[in-house]
Amino acid sequence: MKRHLLSAADLSRDDAELVLTTAEELRSLADRPIKKLPALRGRTVVNLFFEDSTRTRISFEAAAKRLSADVINFAAKGSSLSKGESLKDTALTLEAMGADAVVVRHSASGAPHRLAHSGWVRSSVVNAGDGTHEHPTQALLDAFTMWRHLGPKSGGSLDGRRVAIVGDVLHSRVARSNALLLRTLGAEVTLVSPPTLLPVGIESWPVETSYDLDAVLPKADAVMMLRVQRERMHGGFFPTAREYSRRYGLDGRRMALLQDHTIVMHPGPMVRGMEITADVADSDRSVIVEQVTNGVAVRMAVLYLLLGGSQPAVSTEGLPE
Amino acid sequence: MTTYLVQNASILGGDPTDLLIADGVVKEIGGDLSADGAETVDATGLVALPGLVDLHTHLREPGREDAETVESGTRAAALGGFTAVHAMANTEPVADTAGVVEQVWRLGREAGHCDVYPVGAVTVGLAGERLAELGAMADSAARVRVFSDDGRCVSDAVLMRRALEYVKAFDGVVAQHAQEPRLTEGAQMNEGELSGRLGLAGWPAVAEEAIIARDCLLAAHVGSRLHVCHVSTAGSVEIVRWAKAKGWDVTAEACPHHLLLTDELAATYDPIYKVNPPLRTAADAEALRAGLADGTIDIVATDHAPHPHEDKDCEWAAAAFGMLGLETALSIVQETMVDPGLLDWAGVADRMSYTPARIGRVADHGRPIDVGEPANVVLYDPSARRTVEASESASLSRNTPYAGMELPGRVVATFLRGRATVLDGKLA
Repeated sequence: MKRHLLSAADLSRDDAELVLTTAEELRSLADRPIKKLPALRGRTVVNLFFEDSTRTRISFEAAAKRLSADVINFAAKGSSLSKGESLKDTALTLEAMGADAVVVRHSASGAPHRLAHSGWVRSSVVNAGDGTHEHPTQALLDAFTMWRHLGPKSGGSLDGRRVAIVGDVLHSRVARSNALLLRTLGAEVTLVSPPTLLPVGIESWPVETSYDLDAVLPKADAVMMLRVQRERMHGGFFPTAREYSRRYGLDGRRMALLQDHTIVMHPGPMVRGMEITADVADSDRSVIVEQVTNGVAVRMAVLYLLLGGSQPAVSTEGLPE
Repeated sequence: MTTYLVQNASILGGDPTDLLIADGVVKEIGGDLSADGAETVDATGLVALPGLVDLHTHLREPGREDAETVESGTRAAALGGFTAVHAMANTEPVADTAGVVEQVWRLGREAGHCDVYPVGAVTVGLAGERLAELGAMADSAARVRVFSDDGRCVSDAVLMRRALEYVKAFDGVVAQHAQEPRLTEGAQMNEGELSGRLGLAGWPAVAEEAIIARDCLLAAHVGSRLHVCHVSTAGSVEIVRWAKAKGWDVTAEACPHHLLLTDELAATYDPIYKVNPPLRTAADAEALRAGLADGTIDIVATDHAPHPHEDKDCEWAAAAFGMLGLETALSIVQETMVDPGLLDWAGVADRMSYTPARIGRVADHGRPIDVGEPANVVLYDPSARRTVEASESASLSRNTPYAGMELPGRVVATFLRGRATVLDGKLA
C-alpha cells in the first residue's frame, strides 16, 4: 500500500482486498469481551477534524484505540477558510507532537492531498472526507459490508455485482470513492440521480448513470442511498423535497422491486422521509447499522496496514479462541 | 543622459543593424554607426522589439503592499521587457476616484522603471451598483482611458450599457472581466471532467462566453468599443471572431498562462495553479494560440497578480486567485507562439506593444523602432534558456506557476525613452 490513503484510486485491487481480509480478521474482535490488540502500541494517531463529523471521528477513535494507539483528537472548527489557524500551522503543530498518522476531515477538497504532499508533515495521512472530493474509508467499509453479504455467493469477490448509488452524486465524496473502489473490485456501478446532481463529465467515469430509479432497482444487488443535504433543497437542484422523494426516495413500494438478496445501505446520517423511509431503513434488508460496526474494523485495518506493516494483524497464538 | 550605441541588433528579427539611442529617441539606424562617448551595447544575436505594453497588471498599491508595490511591480515589468503597464483598479482603496489614480500614476513616475497608466474602476468600489466618476479620472493627471472592474464582472446589463456609452465622451474603453457571477458561485477551477473528479466547484466556459456575447452586442448597439480581458476558452475566441466579422469595435486579450498551462495542473491541488479565469483544457489553449496568431485575439496581457506566500501556501479553496506574469510573458509567447511558427517577431511587436498601446490610447508607447521615435526598446535573446526560480523574481511575491520550468529567451536590456532600465539582464 501507499504511505497515504487520500483517494480510493490509491488502492490497487490487491491493496483493497488486503484491507478487506484484514478487516475480516479484526472484525472478530468486536465479538470478544476484550476488544483490544497491542499492534499499534506507542504509535500516535491524530484525528484532525476541521468539519463536524461525530460519527466518522468516533469510528476512527475506536479503531485506533482498539489497536492500542495513542489518540489525539483535534477539532479545529473553522479552518483558514474562516481566518482561523491555517492548515499548515496546524500540521506543523501536529508534526512537532510526533504524530504517526493524521486522520483528516476537511471542508476543502484536496486538503488531505495538500497535507500529504507539501512537506508539512512526515506522517501518514488518511483522508476522512474532504469537501466534495472523496471519503475512501467509507468506500472501504461499504465494500466490506457488500463483500460480507454478497461475496460468498460470488466466489469471494464483488466481480459482476451490481451496485446502485442513488442521490446527490454531485456533492458526494462517498459516491466518488465508491465509484472508484467498486470498479477496482470488479463491481458494476450505476449512479442514479436527477441530472442536476450529476457532475459534468460523468460520461468519463467508469460507471453507468440513470435518471430512473425504478428501472435500476430490479437489477441491483446493493442499493446505496445518499444523504440529501438540507442546503441543496434551497439550491434549486430540484423543485421540492417532496418531488425529490417521489422520484428518488426509497420507500416500501420501491423496496418491493428488489431481488430477495439485495441489501440496502446508507452512509448516514439519514434524512428519514427524504431519501429513505423509516420502514426501509429499519427493514431486514437494511445493513445500515452493520455498516457502522464494519467501519471500525475497516479503519483498524487501514491504520494497521499504513502504520503496522507486514505482520498479520491478529496473531493467532496471542488470543484466546 | 547616456547615449547608447546598440550594435548588431536584429530589429523585429530582421538583418542585424546598429541603433543609436540618444536624447530619449532613436537617433540613427544603420550599419557601422559610431558616436563619441556612447556606451556600446553588443546586441549580436539579439532581437530588438518595441518596449512591451501590458494592458493588465495588478500592482496592488495602495493597500496590499505586502504583495506588491508600484516600485517592485514596475521593476518586474522592466525586467520582463515592458516600458508601460496598466495598473488594475482593484486596490484598497479602489482606484475609482481621480485621487487614487493620480496617486498610482505619481508612484509610477517616482519609481521610474516603466510608465504606469492607471486603470479606473467602472463602478464605485467595484460594487457593480453605480458608475464611478469616469470623467474625473479621464481628466486627471493620470489621463485614464481604460476602465475595468477586473476581478469582478460588470454583470448588470444596464450598468454595462451605460459604461460603454459614457466612455465615448473621452475615447475610453471598458475592459470587461467576463464572468457571469451566478454561474460561478464558489467556482474553483475549469468545469469539466476533471473538476467533477477532483470535487472542486466548476467555473464553466459558458459563464465567460455568455457575458462576452452580451457585451459584444451591447457595444455594437451603443456604438462603443469593448475590450475583453483574459479570454480563456475556445468558445470565447469564436464569439470575438464573430463580433469582429460584424465590424464591431471589440478587442480581446489572452494571458500567457492560458496559452501554455492547462487544467490538468489542478490535480496537484497546489493553488499556485489557481487563477481566474481558470486554466482551461488543451483544446482551449490551442484555440487561444490560433486566435492570437490570426489576430482574433488582439494582444497578450499578463494579468500579473501577486499574492503573499500565505495566500497560496494553503488548501486550494482557501487560496487566492492569480499568478505572476511580467517577468515570464515574453518567454512564454516565444515558447507557445514564435518557436512553433505561429507568430514572427513583428507579430510579437504587434500583440505585445503596438496594439495594447493603441487600445489603451497611450501615445508614446507601441511605436515602431524608427529614427525620431521615442526610444522604448527591448533587446531580447531568443537563443537563451533559463530555469525559472521563484526566489529570483523582482516581484515581492513568489507565486509563479513556472518555477522549475525551463523557458526560452531572456530580456537583456530595456530602454525607456532612451534611458536603460535594464542592462545585462539586471536592473540598470
